[in-house]
Amino acid sequence: MSIRVIKEKCRGCALCVRSCPFEAIHMSGKLPEIGAACTECGSCLEVCAFGALEKVDDSRKSDIDISEYHDVWVFAEQRENELMPVVIELMGEGRRLADKIGCRLGVIVCGENIDRLTYELSCYGADVIYYADAPELKTYTTDAYTKVIYEAVLRYKPEILLLGATHIGRDLGPSIAVKCGTGLTADCTKLEINPEDKKLMQTRPAFGGNLMATIVCEKHRPQMATVRPGIMEKAKYDRDHECTEIPLEVSFEDGELRERVIKMVKSLREKVSLTDADVIVSGGLGLGGPEGFDLIRKLASRLGGVVGSSRAAVDAGWIPHSHQVGQTGTTVRPNIYIACGISGAIQHLAGMQESKCIIAINKNENAPIFEVADYGIVGDLYKVIPAILNALDGVE
Amino acid sequence: MRIIVCVKQVPDTNEIKIDPLTGTLMRDGVPSILNPDDANALEAALRIKDEYPGTTVDVLSMGPAQACYALRECLAMGADNAYLLSSRAFGGADTCSTSTTLAYGVRKLGDFDFIFTGRQAIDGDTAQVGPQLAQRLGLPIATYVQNIREVKEKTVIVERQLEDGYQILEVNRPCLLTAVKEWNEPRYMTVIGIENAYRKEIPVWDEKDIGIDVQDCGLNASPTKVFRSFTPPPKGKGEILSGTVSEMAQSLVAKLMEKHIL
Amino acid sequence: MQLSEKYQLIRKLARDFAEKELTSEILDEVEDTGVFPVDIQKKMAKAGFYGIKVPEKYGGQGSDHLAYAITVEEIARVSAVGSLYVNSPNSLGGMTILIAGTEEQKQKYLRPMVEGDIVIPFGLTEPGGGSDAADMRTTAVKDGDYYILNGRKTFITMAPFADYSVIYADTGNRPSGKKGITTFIVDMKLPGVSLGKEEQKLGLVGCATSDIILEDVRVHKDDIIGEIGEGFKDAMRCLDVGRLGVAAQSLGVAQACLDEAIKYSKERKQFGKYLYEHQSIAFMIADMATKVKAARELVYDAAVTKDNGGNSTLASSMAKYYASEICNEVAAKSLQIHGGYGFVRGFKIERLYRDCRVFTIYEGTSQIQQIVISGQLLGR
Repeated sequence: MSIRVIKEKCRGCALCVRSCPFEAIHMSGKLPEIGAACTECGSCLEVCAFGALEKVDDSRKSDIDISEYHDVWVFAEQRENELMPVVIELMGEGRRLADKIGCRLGVIVCGENIDRLTYELSCYGADVIYYADAPELKTYTTDAYTKVIYEAVLRYKPEILLLGATHIGRDLGPSIAVKCGTGLTADCTKLEINPEDKKLMQTRPAFGGNLMATIVCEKHRPQMATVRPGIMEKAKYDRDHECTEIPLEVSFEDGELRERVIKMVKSLREKVSLTDADVIVSGGLGLGGPEGFDLIRKLASRLGGVVGSSRAAVDAGWIPHSHQVGQTGTTVRPNIYIACGISGAIQHLAGMQESKCIIAINKNENAPIFEVADYGIVGDLYKVIPAILNALDGVE
Repeated sequence: MRIIVCVKQVPDTNEIKIDPLTGTLMRDGVPSILNPDDANALEAALRIKDEYPGTTVDVLSMGPAQACYALRECLAMGADNAYLLSSRAFGGADTCSTSTTLAYGVRKLGDFDFIFTGRQAIDGDTAQVGPQLAQRLGLPIATYVQNIREVKEKTVIVERQLEDGYQILEVNRPCLLTAVKEWNEPRYMTVIGIENAYRKEIPVWDEKDIGIDVQDCGLNASPTKVFRSFTPPPKGKGEILSGTVSEMAQSLVAKLMEKHIL
Repeated sequence: MQLSEKYQLIRKLARDFAEKELTSEILDEVEDTGVFPVDIQKKMAKAGFYGIKVPEKYGGQGSDHLAYAITVEEIARVSAVGSLYVNSPNSLGGMTILIAGTEEQKQKYLRPMVEGDIVIPFGLTEPGGGSDAADMRTTAVKDGDYYILNGRKTFITMAPFADYSVIYADTGNRPSGKKGITTFIVDMKLPGVSLGKEEQKLGLVGCATSDIILEDVRVHKDDIIGEIGEGFKDAMRCLDVGRLGVAAQSLGVAQACLDEAIKYSKERKQFGKYLYEHQSIAFMIADMATKVKAARELVYDAAVTKDNGGNSTLASSMAKYYASEICNEVAAKSLQIHGGYGFVRGFKIERLYRDCRVFTIYEGTSQIQQIVISGQLLGR
């Protein structure tokens, strides 16, 4: 495929040049020229008011027969014989895709003494479980897992292979993809499938989330994707779900495994700074006193976040300056910013308004903070925060 | 020792804004920078060079001719040589195709003890090219490396970062390591380093130079294609919740769950 | 002026450094304590900022005046006082040794200076004569192999933590009958050297300034820099570069004031509109930006003139005169846009406004620049 300029239709307006996220288009005289950086994302097609751009198919054919590939597979990542939470999400999504194209949901799992895991996977809806049980597979290593899964893919030919975009999934995925000679889409946030041609539409953020791209892998199989944890809906648990279990042969030659895990060290990340935090709960003058930060801390730790504050609370001596968010403090852009008892002075807003989701809790419904908030709660924070803590307990 | 560091020049995604009217990316004036994780990979290589005099650090990149700028930055930080793979034929490559081209480039560079690269590039955030390159070169790999504990005669002992801690991993040499930002703090260039970087020649190699078939590189050899791209819908006006305190709290949590924010 | 890629990389180095090291927390602390962190000074030296134009054989970076101007501009954009630390070794103290020193003196002083191990200020100004530097009261009287120095130097930046100081002193009339000024390098530990009280300054807090008092200080004749009686000429040559440094500082601070004005005008709403949507504010910003741009052209032109070996006196004076004047103007306008918030501690503009005030004063007031410029033009 490539993008072609239809000279007769082009008016030389250069809208396409400006629309290109990859700066691949340049004007050559009055006509745009598509450069080497083009990824065929199609942004230019959308903006062209004259239909002067088209996509043409000129790529070479792959030599595999894609009709031999069936089933949706999920890689069931385990650590210390516990399934990673993302596996359940992948199975939920895998089930949905499998039902759409009318095929089975397969799960592939590697480890040592994993009987309990295969049972669990069957309850989460696996139709077929391919399992490899060997001491070399107890803990993940690239060489061992890549070999076992590559051989299984070769033999059983799945249509789709999904992995969690964990550190391990993002190590294993590319390794298998290269061995299989197929493509891989990283860190997907949305998957759709075309029931006709079984084309998997894999949507993922790019350019730091400024752009979304839908990726397809048309001529190679399996269609592989790693999926961002925490996005997909979890699979339902059903004790009575039946499934077939197929053991995978495992044998390694001497020296074949070139990585050895010496030790696993568990460590909680050291206390994150404001700039790195995913969640920030901030308090302001509305707290009424320094002890108000106890409640803020409680909510922050419940959400795995850190404590911020407005300048006013710092100036009042309720909390050290290092917590201050705003123009004269730290500029932050977490996933969740909860402003409690902060009216939203300009210097505070300047430091936090690029947060992905802003929640404001304030007594005064005219407080400027509500202008930037995604969700606002007008009320007494001493009542609202405990209620939120309650609500959070309810969902777990 | 010889260390090859693979780097990429990327647009500084923090500087990219969306045009509120057209909803398109505004790339005007967005600077191109050395990919941040790659700077950590280079720093790790330079520290080995500091420790083992006689070590050579060579930097390899694939990209348009302008990517020489990022390579000069690497030289100014202390790399010995830099090489650029650049050709129209390499354009539009996905990660799979990129790793093939890089593998040809590495082979042309000859023997080495390590390949270092950043965990992922900020324009694509895929983290795939490192592991793919290792597979193509038949090298053992450790991704998400946050520290080298010991360089041994035939192996290296590294710390590989996981979500809840790290593995201590022994990997045969030669091998490929991908660096996370926690590994180190990249050094600054120096003024004299910049002066010297501009006195050096950066060889630019195309498909003929590295001996790759045009069918095996660029868009031609990319199994994945961008089907369409779009800007995420803009943030709508916020919502003021209503009801009793407990109803508002419940509905807030429910909304956050629904949007997968929690 | 379109900068080549090399200079863009120099700018990137200086900007990355300034933004990463000179955080608002650190700068607030500098403001509170009056002390500029030593580790940041060391890092600046390591990045090569202290010896940008010093040849490699003296431990320097072997670069040029344009690289120097860009570096000072970028550091000043984040911290004016920080840029002072870059200015000093590159211009006044260091320059004296570089242009007039013997090979031995260069080896002895330049290397440790560019590595950040020693500090050498420039002792020209006296209490009785600021602009009128030729009216020198400090005397040096020959006594065998030594000279006995007596006098007082005033407003000497960095004197309180200096290891050596360049001191200009009157060594008696030359054969031509004109006053003979000679340059000495004086070890600050010598008997008879003492410091005045540290000045409390309006701006540039974090780089201590005081008088240097010389009472019967015996300086060996080997510590004379350049020819006896020729010091004034050398001082004026150093000031050429010094003025370029101040011009670059002014440019950096002016750019920062403009940046702050633009940022604030997009955050603050009055009468239901953002400030920048009010034409009165938008036009102020247009004015500021145009002047900053003009200043940048003058500064880079002066640097390139110097690098090309041309007569840079005129270009440096014009750059310093214009950049420092518009810097004060732009700072005042930016503060005006900030309204009351600009008048209180906490917003960056408050510090910028204080810091830039001295730019039209030190290393030759604007009025002295007018004398130099008109003198060059009219041949007087």
